[in-house]
Amino acid sequence: MTEPTLLPGATPRLDPRDMRHLADAQVNVELDTGDMILNLGPQHPATHGTLRLVVRLDGERVIAADPVIGYMHRGYEKLTEVRSYPQITTLINRIDWLSSFANEVPFIHAAEQLMGIEAPPRAQYIRTILTELSRIATFVLFLGEMGLQVGALTPAFYGFRDREHVLNLIESATGGRFHPNFNRIGGLKDDLPWGWVNETRSTMKLVLDGCDVFDRLVAGNEIFEARTRGVGIIPGALGASYGVSGSNLRASGVDWDLRRDGKPYLVYPELDFKVWTHPDGDSFARYWVRLQETRESVRMVVQMLDQMPEGPIMAKVPRIIKVPAGEAWVETENPLGQMGYYVVSKGAIGPFRVKIRSASFSNVSILPWLLRGVYVPDVITILGSLYFILGDIDR
Amino acid sequence: MPDDTTPPDTDAAADEATSGAADPAPAGSPAPGEVVGFEAPVEAGTEQSGAAAEERAEQRVAETDEPAAAEAAQARADPTGEAPTQADEPEGPAPLSDEEQALLDRLEAELGEAVVESASAFGNLVVRVRADSWRRAAEVSQAALGCDYLSFVAGIDWQPAPREGGEVGGASSAPVQPTETTYGAAGSAGRFQVFAHVQSTGRHVGLTLKADVDEAEPVVESWVGVYPGADWHERECWEMYGFVFDGHPNLRHLYLPSGFEGHPLRKDFPLLARQVKPWPGIVDVESMPDEAPPDGDAGDGEGEGDEVTTGDEATAADSPPDAPSDGEAETGDATP
Repeated sequence: MTEPTLLPGATPRLDPRDMRHLADAQVNVELDTGDMILNLGPQHPATHGTLRLVVRLDGERVIAADPVIGYMHRGYEKLTEVRSYPQITTLINRIDWLSSFANEVPFIHAAEQLMGIEAPPRAQYIRTILTELSRIATFVLFLGEMGLQVGALTPAFYGFRDREHVLNLIESATGGRFHPNFNRIGGLKDDLPWGWVNETRSTMKLVLDGCDVFDRLVAGNEIFEARTRGVGIIPGALGASYGVSGSNLRASGVDWDLRRDGKPYLVYPELDFKVWTHPDGDSFARYWVRLQETRESVRMVVQMLDQMPEGPIMAKVPRIIKVPAGEAWVETENPLGQMGYYVVSKGAIGPFRVKIRSASFSNVSILPWLLRGVYVPDVITILGSLYFILGDIDR
Repeated sequence: MPDDTTPPDTDAAADEATSGAADPAPAGSPAPGEVVGFEAPVEAGTEQSGAAAEERAEQRVAETDEPAAAEAAQARADPTGEAPTQADEPEGPAPLSDEEQALLDRLEAELGEAVVESASAFGNLVVRVRADSWRRAAEVSQAALGCDYLSFVAGIDWQPAPREGGEVGGASSAPVQPTETTYGAAGSAGRFQVFAHVQSTGRHVGLTLKADVDEAEPVVESWVGVYPGADWHERECWEMYGFVFDGHPNLRHLYLPSGFEGHPLRKDFPLLARQVKPWPGIVDVESMPDEAPPDGDAGDGEGEGDEVTTGDEATAADSPPDAPSDGEAETGDATP
């Protein structure tokens, strides 16, 4: 148990939300309502795992919120030090379990950099396709589930339905629905199965149709807009200094996507895609950006299916993977944001130190700032719209 | 940009002058050593290849001959270790890219002598700054370099982990690691370091900052006032390594229960799972019939290069990336 002390607030701020609720605040002051401490979680459907949120309330408004994390801490940074490189991909699959494949890529990439190996082009293409499929699976679930957070049950089923299509693809290619463990240093475990490309093309059409459904059913819904517009506004500069990344930051108007702006990785430099941003920074913007990014990912997958070269899927690697001494920092744009591994090797078959930079950890660290002054139902909206995975926070 | 260059510059110089006068000891860099450490990377560039880094670090370790205990001695010996380093540099290391060089120049213009050493690790600029300039480095990165985004703050313990289950390689608690203390890119003066990565969302550049942390008194300046996102990262680092972040508003446990004792990510913190059951990866280091036996069979293999000559031909034949075996010869952990 942590002590129930709450984070002291930073500087007071004025935003439209405050103005809107000024009258209520006035009433609360006059009635002199006492503070109440409310525990959200550790089990709550909006938290994707076990996140506990200690919230101090004044009436219906949040005065201070303190996320309590660590219920799922598995100590991956310690565990990586007692494993060999090929064994570690199994672990890091479980960091962000909705997009496991995307977790493997930066780590494998770091090891390959240190070894001076590059995966053959076809392997790079397949990696990119599977990364984008992971993104689609993750986002489609979000697009449905976000409706659930604000009280609309139906979209959630569409979300799960569409994700199922994509997971089937991932499963038929890698053998694992959630934890593919498909990357190898120097390439991939297997080539794609027969017929996979055509199946993917038709599934991408289904996903696009699904996006249209979400567009009309959720984003175009009056109630949804009323519940999400102006709720949980993250200013772009502040978000960046908190380390908020990915769609959350792009929804705050920061035009930054590592697929385009980072060090070139996978085959993204060869692809034509647009980076979507939204100036508002509220929950609706985060929903809208992810919706557009899902469509963009579909476009990218189709492009890659057209361009994918033939060839080997594994580079020549030694039987025993020994990584020369050195250190490498590799960051990628994962569905939930910037994911990075700082790998320090001393020339052994296992790394000396791996710093895992996961997206949700930083995305959630802005919560104490973000939740001050909002209403209780908006807490759930904000949690849902930030879209984090507990495994990605606790590692 | 050009406008605000001069005032902070003089500021920094003044800062350094005062802090340098106040305590010359902590970063362990007397004046001549500082000049060398500060100049060397700029003109000669620094290494790219891990093997070179290893070699150089090895050399320094050999020079100073420290058993990773007397960090004061290390600190004093560091400048002397720096000299042969400089002589080495022209042959091995790849130079910094233009982008990295520009970043480094800007940083040095602001921080002056606080920049101890720098290196390029696969396109990532790594800069080691003096511990007393840790927070200032963050301010400069944010204001002058435009790095508005904080990736992470973390710690590292360079001390090799003690081997469980005897000294036989492979039957240890973990994949065999070299037992000598070696340091990564941009070096280190002692056992502990704090490092962080910041980048710019607009200009798409980034760098890794490092600073040495004193083992006896692990206190670092907090970055929370500069990057509010450093809050949780520093709490994590505090509980995992025991670094105290001076100026942090709220240093309490993040992941671990509040009564937890010890610092799990320090190398001397035992991993219980490995004490009751040996490393499952041991099967992976068995030798193939046509290969030389792994060094595990030949005792602890730490005697310099006793295995290397046997392993050399086989290694060169089927594993090109392992080829720079000079570094391995020194670490003495060559497996195949």
